Amino acid sequence: MLIWIALLGLILFSVSAYVAGRRKVLSAAGGRARLMHSLPGYHGAYLALWTAAPAIILLLLVSMFGAQVEEVVLRADPPAAVSALPGSTQDVFYNDVVATVTGGQISQTVYDGALGEAFAEKLVQARDIHRNLTTGALIAAFVLALAGAAMAWPRLSADFAARPRVERWIAVLFLACSVVAVLTTLGIVASLVWESWRFFQVVPVFEFLFGLTWDPQIAIRADQVASSGAFGAVPLFMGTFLIMMIAMTVAAPVGLFAAIYLSEYAGPTVRAVVKPLLEILAGIPTVVYGFFAALTVGPLFRGFFNSIGAQFIGGPLDGLGLYLMQVQNQMALVAGAVMGIMLIPFVSSLSDDIINAVPQSLRDGSLAMGATRSETITRVIMPAALPGVMGALLLAVSRAVGETMIVTMAAGLQARATFNPLDTVTTVTVQIVTLLTGDQEFDSPKTLSAFGLGLTLFLITLMLNIVALRIVQRYREQYD
Amino acid sequence: MTDAALTPAQAAKARVRADAEALLKRRYRAEARFVFYGRAAIILALAFLVLLLGRIGLQGYSTFTDYRVSLPVQINADRVDMSDLAGSNFNLMVAESALALLGETDDPYGEASGEMMAILSGDLGFQILDRLREDPSLVGQTITVEGPMKANASLYYKGQISRDTEVGGRLLSDRQLDWLDELRERDLVSGGFNWTFLTRSDSTEPEQAGVWGAVVGSAMMLFVTALLAAPIGVLAATYLEEFAPKNRWTDIIEVNINNLAAVPSIIYGLLGLAVFINVLAVPRSSPLLGGLVLALMSLPTIIIATRSALRAVPPSIREAALAVGASRTQTVFHHVLPLAMPGMMTGVILSLAHALGETAPLLMIGMVSFVPGAPETLTSAATVLPVQIFIWENASERAFHERTAAAIIVLLVFMVLMNLIAVLVRRRFERRW
Repeated sequence: MLIWIALLGLILFSVSAYVAGRRKVLSAAGGRARLMHSLPGYHGAYLALWTAAPAIILLLLVSMFGAQVEEVVLRADPPAAVSALPGSTQDVFYNDVVATVTGGQISQTVYDGALGEAFAEKLVQARDIHRNLTTGALIAAFVLALAGAAMAWPRLSADFAARPRVERWIAVLFLACSVVAVLTTLGIVASLVWESWRFFQVVPVFEFLFGLTWDPQIAIRADQVASSGAFGAVPLFMGTFLIMMIAMTVAAPVGLFAAIYLSEYAGPTVRAVVKPLLEILAGIPTVVYGFFAALTVGPLFRGFFNSIGAQFIGGPLDGLGLYLMQVQNQMALVAGAVMGIMLIPFVSSLSDDIINAVPQSLRDGSLAMGATRSETITRVIMPAALPGVMGALLLAVSRAVGETMIVTMAAGLQARATFNPLDTVTTVTVQIVTLLTGDQEFDSPKTLSAFGLGLTLFLITLMLNIVALRIVQRYREQYD
Repeated sequence: MTDAALTPAQAAKARVRADAEALLKRRYRAEARFVFYGRAAIILALAFLVLLLGRIGLQGYSTFTDYRVSLPVQINADRVDMSDLAGSNFNLMVAESALALLGETDDPYGEASGEMMAILSGDLGFQILDRLREDPSLVGQTITVEGPMKANASLYYKGQISRDTEVGGRLLSDRQLDWLDELRERDLVSGGFNWTFLTRSDSTEPEQAGVWGAVVGSAMMLFVTALLAAPIGVLAATYLEEFAPKNRWTDIIEVNINNLAAVPSIIYGLLGLAVFINVLAVPRSSPLLGGLVLALMSLPTIIIATRSALRAVPPSIREAALAVGASRTQTVFHHVLPLAMPGMMTGVILSLAHALGETAPLLMIGMVSFVPGAPETLTSAATVLPVQIFIWENASERAFHERTAAAIIVLLVFMVLMNLIAVLVRRRFERRW
């Protein structure tokens, strides 16, 4: 809290530095800005930047990493009662101490006896550290601000080149912002690889990638390395693949034909009406599709298959009838079909762009030779657009593989290695959600396996994206 | 030459012609078929849209009407324990008063009052508790309380639970239905707009559950996202488009951004869990954490949209500014950015609208917990609209399904509003060169 007040103070201070700097150079130049190297505003900004920027960076760093520093210092000499605890309970202990001081969320653990004394003792220590850290940071920020101002103030004069220097600050800010994107990628890769590595310490990579049983709860055999379950992800990969295939069976033809119709046949009015409507379909949140799948499409499909099954019962196809009678709401077909609907606008808008990029001269040439429009499309435009369309479809596949909400709400949890669209299957993303929601200890292989799945998912979609984006890119350049 | 006698050459010509005509007919048929496929695809896509929205509208609209009861309740001194007010069974007291009003008496097993409690909301009891805390002298008197009916009772009034259904399948007994009819006839129950749904937060009782907490949570989260993603995204795009030299590094950044835009959103949730919660100790399930994760997620899309807005500004503008002596930075800040601003704003708003509907990454960072109030600060536990939808969809009570659809309607209204703003910005400020 104190840090935020200090930040506000710093900003006020730097604003007054701006005004003062501006005034100083203006009076030095006798009020004639055109005699100066840089406009007065740049001088003011230069002074303000040196005043505020280093101090603000310091304060932000402290408010971001202060709690960690505190915890490291606290852990430096652990009381005997605490070091007797298992690792994860120790984490909770220190977390609670720091949270009590900083006003964060505290676990519901009760500390009594020797542990209670240790808690009280550490609490006093933590208060001390917290106070020292905060005052230290505030003093350091204050000194930094004054030093910055003292450094920059004497430099200001009519022929001081303030503009290039301010622009250099701006350039650094620009670069820092674009680096955030790279840092995000690094953060994703680092966190996934690190947690997965811990997971693969317990469960061998080979067993994870090629194991045929996925059951993160129960030990299958006593001598198993991961005694808390089986982590063979093949059923999940198969489930994901099955749902993806169903989705693409819906989305690819409908999306492609919609794109072809819109770009080659439809008049401007139809385009103006249909395109925004398709954009609405694309803008609907996936959780809404999930709700639709779970409460409308699921019961509908089940009713349909059950009634067909009822026809077969007692006949020559009795077995099939019995099977159809016990089809559940949560079948792969439901999740796949609804995901397909979700992907239609995605496929159609990408393909639309690609078909439009085919040069008009190709169409004109074909039509001039007497080909009908459909012949022009199937024999001239589509072959020319094929690589781009393939890229678009690959992007859609990557979307389908990574889609979470529809499958979480409509696909179910049973890990089954099957290609039967009427069976309940589960996918990689569903398992990640199930493993990481609700209470769980963070170090168990069960929780860590979610990161193994996440890493696999990330790598698969990354490969699909790189290939697809490259195809689309090359295709665009071909006709530029 | 007569019609009847064709020379062999003529006959051959006629055959060729007939063949050609047949072929042409076939080709035209193929053409017609092709056009039909195209039309069918469009119609199918639009039909899905209508089905989806229509179905949700039908499921959800009834939530917005609500039935409330106003009952005179005799505050029975025997039932009130003044030393432990909160421990007294006010619900039973309300039920007994209602039974007395309908001319019935409770049976020794309390079955009648139990069934009565199942159609009157527990909110009535809480109201009496509050009144008594304020004014203990009310004991022994009769006061009138006004509150919602239980969700199942409301469903009966709305016609969604019918008397014709078998008793086992309809959640309400014949006796309860009789009481409900009676209450209605005596004008004790009135229907109206369901303000509870819009002004209350999540609750275990469907009739007291509302979306307010989720709306506030969503707004806070979106605020954090906008505050971070919009400036960073715009600056990064400006750097890449206007300043960056064309070299390997900027190529890497560019490829990287394009790939990030296609990374599944759930991966960002894993990132938030591993980095923001475990390393940076940001409080779980807080709007701040959700905002951070969604900011990272929408950054690539914002950058891509902003870059195309910058690219639409013609080079002549930059050249003119540079020619009169402006520096590159001045050119960008004085001319390019203001001209590209409407396009950028549109892109930013659309990305934020998308972030508003995002659910999957938020499940990873603990937002699925039950939060019975609106969050007060950026670091307190919160829930957001899409996650509230997910939670209610999982609830078993039928009344929650109706509320899920209504929450979807609220979410869609907000998204439509944001999209409308984007469209208006584009219409108002768009310039074509």
